[in-house]
Amino acid sequence: METYQLTVNGQPKEVAVDPSTPLLWVLREELKMTGTKYGCGIAACGACTVHLGAVATRSCVVPVSLVGKRPIVTIEAMAEDPVGRAVQDAWVSHDVVQCGYCQSGQIMSAVALLKSTPRPTEANIEESMGGNLCRCGTYVRIRAAIKAASQQLK
Amino acid sequence: MAWQQVYSVLTHPRCINCHTATNYPQQGDDRHRHFANVVRGPAGKGVPALQCVTCHQDTNADSTGVPGAHDWHLAPLSMKWQDLNDTILTSAQVCRVVTDRSKNNHLDGAGLLKHHAGEPLVLWAFQPSRRIDGSMRTLPPLTHQEFVAATRKWVEAGTPCPQDP
Repeated sequence: METYQLTVNGQPKEVAVDPSTPLLWVLREELKMTGTKYGCGIAACGACTVHLGAVATRSCVVPVSLVGKRPIVTIEAMAEDPVGRAVQDAWVSHDVVQCGYCQSGQIMSAVALLKSTPRPTEANIEESMGGNLCRCGTYVRIRAAIKAASQQLK
Repeated sequence: MAWQQVYSVLTHPRCINCHTATNYPQQGDDRHRHFANVVRGPAGKGVPALQCVTCHQDTNADSTGVPGAHDWHLAPLSMKWQDLNDTILTSAQVCRVVTDRSKNNHLDGAGLLKHHAGEPLVLWAFQPSRRIDGSMRTLPPLTHQEFVAATRKWVEAGTPCPQDP
């Protein structure tokens, strides 16, 4: 066990865990922040996406020992973020969600895209979001919502 | 010939998987397309929500099987060592690409030696760590020390390239 000082959504957090513990489980089990989801555990689905040092990151494959001082931002903080809020509003107005399980990761990836590319093309959206899987097939609405959020942020 | 030794390393999966001609990297000893729809992106570092560093950290993550080294990214398309059908280029072709200063970031012989000796992603190939199932990734046919020695010998000979048959 080792103790780590993390910054999560702007707040200092201290956890004592095995260094190999993936960040996903630190968030969910140690910090009880269950908005970030476990989908596959091998970075194949994107459900676990958080922002680590402002980079969209698959928390299921990043051991907490490699986080360092990089700030962690999770889905729980998106309502307070202008881009996050625009994405969430677009998700609601476009009725994107079905079961909802993948959507935390989808939103985190969409926010990362829009923060980097405020006016994404269809190709930009397809490339950035292509690694976030949705078994319910909400892809069409996700893409429409991203375009709407981009317009909203003009 | 020293170049043949260098070529044997460059075309090993630990190296050539990121020296592709396509808009995606490869992975594994069978050099299959990298999963999760990752793509090259404009700078070889992926795209905004799916960068290489989205998963690949500064060091290997033994517990999760994800390899890592500082600034994980693809080699530029100018440094492709295979064709669009994933066929590895010949020794002569790779040698010409590697020594073409208009393609190799203006590296001369000394620069190539320095790259082989110290670039983090090159060093990673010789310490690629474990896969998620615990098995070790296969290593290039030379140790890093042997690879640098072969490179030095090749550079000192003037970086000669073989001819295509």
